[in-house]
Amino acid sequence: MNRKYWLFIIFFLAGIYACQKEVTDTIPAPFVGFQKPTNFPEPVYHFNTNTVTKDGFELGRKLFYETMLSANNTISCGSCHIQTAAFTHHGHTVSHGIFDRMGTRNSPPIMNLAWNSSFMWDGGIADLDLQAVAPITNHLEMDETMPNVLNKLRSSPQYPALFKKAYGSEDITTTAFLKSLSQFMAMCVSSNSKYDSVMRHQGNATFTADELAGRELVKQKCGNCHQEPLFTDNSFRNNGLAISMVNDEGRYLVTQNSADRYRFKVPSLRNLAYTAPYMHDGRLLTLSAVLDHYTTQVQNTPNLDPLLQQNSTLGIPLTAEEKTRITAFLNTLNDRSFLFDKRLSD
Amino acid sequence: MKKFLSIAVLSTILLSSCKKDSTPEYDPNVKADLSVEFDNIAGTADLQLNTGNYTNAAGESFKVTKLKYYVSNFKLTNANGTVYTVPQNDSYFLIDESDPATHEAELSVPEGEYTSVSFVLGVDSLRNTMDVSQRTGVLDVSGAAADMYWSWNSGYIFFKMDGTSPSIPAMGGVFQYHVGGFGGYSSPQPNNLKTITLDLTARGTPKVKASKSTNIHLMVDILKALGGTTTMSFATIAMIHSAAPGTPVANNYTNMIRHDHTEN
Ligand code: HEC
Ligand code: HEC
Repeated sequence: MNRKYWLFIIFFLAGIYACQKEVTDTIPAPFVGFQKPTNFPEPVYHFNTNTVTKDGFELGRKLFYETMLSANNTISCGSCHIQTAAFTHHGHTVSHGIFDRMGTRNSPPIMNLAWNSSFMWDGGIADLDLQAVAPITNHLEMDETMPNVLNKLRSSPQYPALFKKAYGSEDITTTAFLKSLSQFMAMCVSSNSKYDSVMRHQGNATFTADELAGRELVKQKCGNCHQEPLFTDNSFRNNGLAISMVNDEGRYLVTQNSADRYRFKVPSLRNLAYTAPYMHDGRLLTLSAVLDHYTTQVQNTPNLDPLLQQNSTLGIPLTAEEKTRITAFLNTLNDRSFLFDKRLSD
Repeated sequence: MKKFLSIAVLSTILLSSCKKDSTPEYDPNVKADLSVEFDNIAGTADLQLNTGNYTNAAGESFKVTKLKYYVSNFKLTNANGTVYTVPQNDSYFLIDESDPATHEAELSVPEGEYTSVSFVLGVDSLRNTMDVSQRTGVLDVSGAAADMYWSWNSGYIFFKMDGTSPSIPAMGGVFQYHVGGFGGYSSPQPNNLKTITLDLTARGTPKVKASKSTNIHLMVDILKALGGTTTMSFATIAMIHSAAPGTPVANNYTNMIRHDHTEN
């Protein structure tokens, strides 16, 4: 339907409303569910079995920030996935969980997950709906049990009514609980970086010469793995990090196939300004350390990606100027509006 | 005397054939109750959680504190070779030794005389990848399945046996054998799903009629899960928490279940 026509109807109804009530209230913005940014591909999340609704999403948001999800009622999902850090655990190399227990991995952003084909650094979780069970029951993270969490929600004063509002029944089921969290997480879409504006030809957004040159370099040297527009191809690869004391074997832990040893999911390059430290264990604190890694630190560990050992040299040779340009381009991938999107806030 | 014997034999044959003729007709359009009982034992002893002392094939003594496993996807074959597949949604059971109410898989099947039963030990790969809304009852991860699910590598644990053994030097002598692994979502992963088929003719075929209830009594010998193809030693392996290390146990437990008798 034509936009003008809609506007007409809205004004007409508003007119009637105003006449009857003789007040001129501002009409609250209608809830907009999941929307695919025009420069993004089709999402892979199964929205057909979980349509985002206003009440489902708002319930999911409340659950995401709910400390009852942890054993001692102190930690929520939002404790390790902080919005102002693009939903990462800013300042922590590896996540601190309940009773200050430390994990071994860096918490990834809750960002554009509707396009992820698997979750966690090793891809151990294949369906976003099943994700929440992992941190809730993890001894180092929230250390709760799923039956307990649902029972706490059932006996709370507000939740039964909120589940009823969203799903028509006060029954707090596993499905309703997990799907609400998925609705919230799927709505955490970050697509308003400068890069996106240029791609969508919005206003007069253009790249500077350095940014443009940087984009070409990233396409050539990083783009096979960090593929536009999400800046990941969702594959698992070994990018040559030295094997640490923890000896995290990555994807191998899931598939138990030796060809997967030390492979990790290719992370997005969006919002890097807010998500330091970097890599699966947060070992690199700055972007320039990341670029140094690719130029001089790549180690020939088992299953090192072929792209990082071309022409019998390890890593990706980059000049200082190329690094500057790459950095300039990476900075166009930061989306500040995502950090302050009220809809996603506690 | 000889004559008398042969008359006796003849008449028994006659009688029994008469009896056969008079067996009730089965109506395949009528559903009737059939229960499949999983009676957990350790060799020649009934399994006693926490108190019973057993010896595995490696000669180590041990106690069992927890024994749980899934059985699913039941199929029954009748004398004509017709296979009845129990509807999937009614075909998942979690046998928990500590809860006698779970020891029988209650099925509803067409009337008939069945010569074999088969089922999957575990949760098939299709259900393992289904939408969360299809994971209810014994598959609910906030319910019965809460401790039968690997959350970090999404998938159900098929078989769980925990216990203690003086042969284990560390960690209070605790062993945990958790077997799962349905083959993976996208990239191949270890598959420990086992289909178990049991002949029912040698020890009494179930004659299933709507007018009565029938019970197939199976013996599940946990010692066989620890030996057979691979002799498991608690001293060598006390913890199994992912798919590949569980494969030898799964290969063993394919042979741990036998048909004992049928209550018709
Ligand atoms: C103690 C900190 C902590 C808490 C609490 C926590 N997470 Fe996480 N989260 C992490 C870490 C660390 C990872 C990465 C783990 C890994 O790869 O093994 C992660 C990964 C994820 C991912 C995967 C993202 C991706 O790109 O693959 C999602 C989704 C997620 N968490 C959602 C949640 C939800 C929902 C909750 C609340 C129920 C939650 N988290 C609670 C630390 C935490
Ligand atoms: C062979 C594939 C591959 C190539 C080529 C590649 N990367 Fe990566 N990148 C990865 C993988 C895999 C990781 C995660 C590694 C880990 O944590 O173990 C990663 C991690 C990163 C991270 C950390 C992101 C975070 O959130 O922690 C940044 C930044 C990054 N790469 C930038 C680049 C840049 C810039 C280039 C080009 C100069 C590049 N990468 C080339 C595969 C690649």
